Amino acid sequence: MKAPLVRIKGLNVAFDGAPAVRGVDLAVHPGEALGLVGESGSGKSVTWLAALRLLPGKAAVQGRVTLDGRDLLSLPTPEMERIRGGRIGIIFQDPSSALNPVLTIRRQISEVLALHRGLSGSAIRAEAKRLLDLVGMPDAEGRLNSYPHEMSGGQNQRVMIAMALAGQPDLLVADEPTTALDVTIQAQILDLLQLIRREMGMALVLISHDLGVVAENCDRVAVMYAGRIVESGPAAALFDAPRHPYARGLIDALPTLEDTRRLAAIPGVVPDPRDMPRGCAFGPRCAHAGPECLLDSPPLRAVAPGRRLACARPDLDLTPARPTPAPHLAEVTS
Amino acid sequence: MIRFILTRLLRAFVTIVLVVTFAFVVLRLSGDPATIILGPEAPPEAIAAFRASWGLDQPVMVQYVQYFAAIFQGDLGMSMRDGRPAFDLVMERIPATLALTIPALFLKLALGVPAGVYAALHQGTAFDRTVMVAAVMGFAVPSFVLALGLVLVFAVNLGWLPSGGRDTVWHAILPIITLGLGGAAALARFTRSAMLEVLGQPYIRTASSKGLAWAVVVRSHALPNAAIPTVTLIGFLVGSLIAGAIVVESVFSWPGVGRLMVVAVANRDLAVVQCILLLVATTMVTSNLIVDFLYGALDPRLRHGARAAA
Ligand SMILES: Nc1ncnc2c1ncn2[C@@H]1O[C@H](COP(=O)(O)OP(=O)(O)OP(=O)(O)O)[C@@H](O)[C@H]1O
Ligand SMILES: [Mg+2]
Repeated sequence: MKAPLVRIKGLNVAFDGAPAVRGVDLAVHPGEALGLVGESGSGKSVTWLAALRLLPGKAAVQGRVTLDGRDLLSLPTPEMERIRGGRIGIIFQDPSSALNPVLTIRRQISEVLALHRGLSGSAIRAEAKRLLDLVGMPDAEGRLNSYPHEMSGGQNQRVMIAMALAGQPDLLVADEPTTALDVTIQAQILDLLQLIRREMGMALVLISHDLGVVAENCDRVAVMYAGRIVESGPAAALFDAPRHPYARGLIDALPTLEDTRRLAAIPGVVPDPRDMPRGCAFGPRCAHAGPECLLDSPPLRAVAPGRRLACARPDLDLTPARPTPAPHLAEVTS
Repeated sequence: MIRFILTRLLRAFVTIVLVVTFAFVVLRLSGDPATIILGPEAPPEAIAAFRASWGLDQPVMVQYVQYFAAIFQGDLGMSMRDGRPAFDLVMERIPATLALTIPALFLKLALGVPAGVYAALHQGTAFDRTVMVAAVMGFAVPSFVLALGLVLVFAVNLGWLPSGGRDTVWHAILPIITLGLGGAAALARFTRSAMLEVLGQPYIRTASSKGLAWAVVVRSHALPNAAIPTVTLIGFLVGSLIAGAIVVESVFSWPGVGRLMVVAVANRDLAVVQCILLLVATTMVTSNLIVDFLYGALDPRLRHGARAAA
């Protein structure tokens, strides 16, 4: 296997003593699409914000995040700035608040082109328009002079993507890029990300609540719970036969075509970071929990080629409560 | 856009009329100028004659209509005290007031805005806490207390500066500092919170995620947004160029509009008080108008709203 582009090792993040990310290990290989799923608050965003050093100063970050072997967490600030937007781009959940309301689209894209590509004058103008065309923006020329509030959420997300692509990054982190958008637009944006990734040979980290979306759009998937990765593996394999009860629960909670209600939403809530259970963080919500689950937090271990699992009872029979919806069906309804 | 401007102008006009009306009513409810100016022992005939000559014997409605009719002809009335046109009396005092308030305004801006921005960028540091404490004190301490404190230190104890009057440039220094410090405190607090609000916005994180240096993020992304609310307060400060120095002028015996106002109110010199209020209302409303248009220049969302309203 090729050397990973980005490797996160033993990443820990705490806010005022409350752990948000607890020992995450993750590798992203060049050109691959990695999905990161988990319920709200599981630490998906914090993991990548920490990797890019975009968290506020009060966040205590430990661990290593290497890009081509260099540790980003100890890099001098100017070099880190060359990596942000230049090697690793990121787009956020709510595009309308992620764009500066008082600056034109042209200005916001041009900044990146001047910074990372050294372009100026008419070259910037031409490239900004090309990028908007690339992300499928209608009337790209005219849109350059628009402000974010003059456009729809989907158009703003296209601008965010164009902005992230402007630095020609090797990795694009898309943090729930479609959550704030209409269902029809969601599919368009996901398709766009796929298209761009293939065309530019860029790696993609797709963060989502929705295991269906991730399974459909990614090569590999990592499932996060309470600041840890509890299971990872090839998307199709993990989706067809999850090994962690939490992953099983996420899949069972997906709506199907016949029944769009979320049938088997996982009972219970994510534990409070200030008051983590001593054993497996999912233990209190797990239908299969045994006494061994209360003792220690299980480490993430390889259980099959390419598959890793953090469960004290790795050999559970997790037959679905009902037939698993195929990923392509899940995509239609997500 | 034309409609937008016209509605703003109409609203400004209505505001001024309301202020003048309010002043008119309050002044006429608050004591009889004849007894105050002529003294309580004046013979009743003299009082009646005074009242008749100033039209005070007319029904209030008639006085009101006559007053407005006169204003529209550019006649703001005569001072009952010395029989000169009220407008001339007020205009004579304006340079003295502006000689305090304009330098004080620059002092407020030069101290308040950078202090607020810097404190926000270094939230929680010793500098931030110092600015906050100073700002709260500048807010809470009445300007006459600050003025007296400055007089005590710099005029009485150190003897560096005069304590009152308007004979030399040195006389202006303490009043300007008194005015400037109070306003700077308010402005620093306001700028700080506007800046903190903006720094917490997602688009600031986006700007950082593009690889922009923090100084660039602050300059190109945070400041233009934080300027929008701050302009409101600056507009208010500009609007109080005329009326903002009443207390300070009194403490320092500075012969400006504020002192004229205090004396005129004590004397129930109706025309003079009304003239000052009209002037104050007009400056306030004008600066509000300017702020409204500045908003449009600073915030494209409002520019859009303005177009939609038109
Ligand atoms: N700036 C912050 N200050 C304090 N706590 C934070 C901050 N950012 C995140 N957290 C905490 O870190 C934990 C993980 O948050 P994170 O945003 O990574 O979750 P997530 O998996 O991205 O969830 P979502 O799907 O809602 O985006 C949460 O408990 C959250 O409250
Ligand atoms: Mg998130």
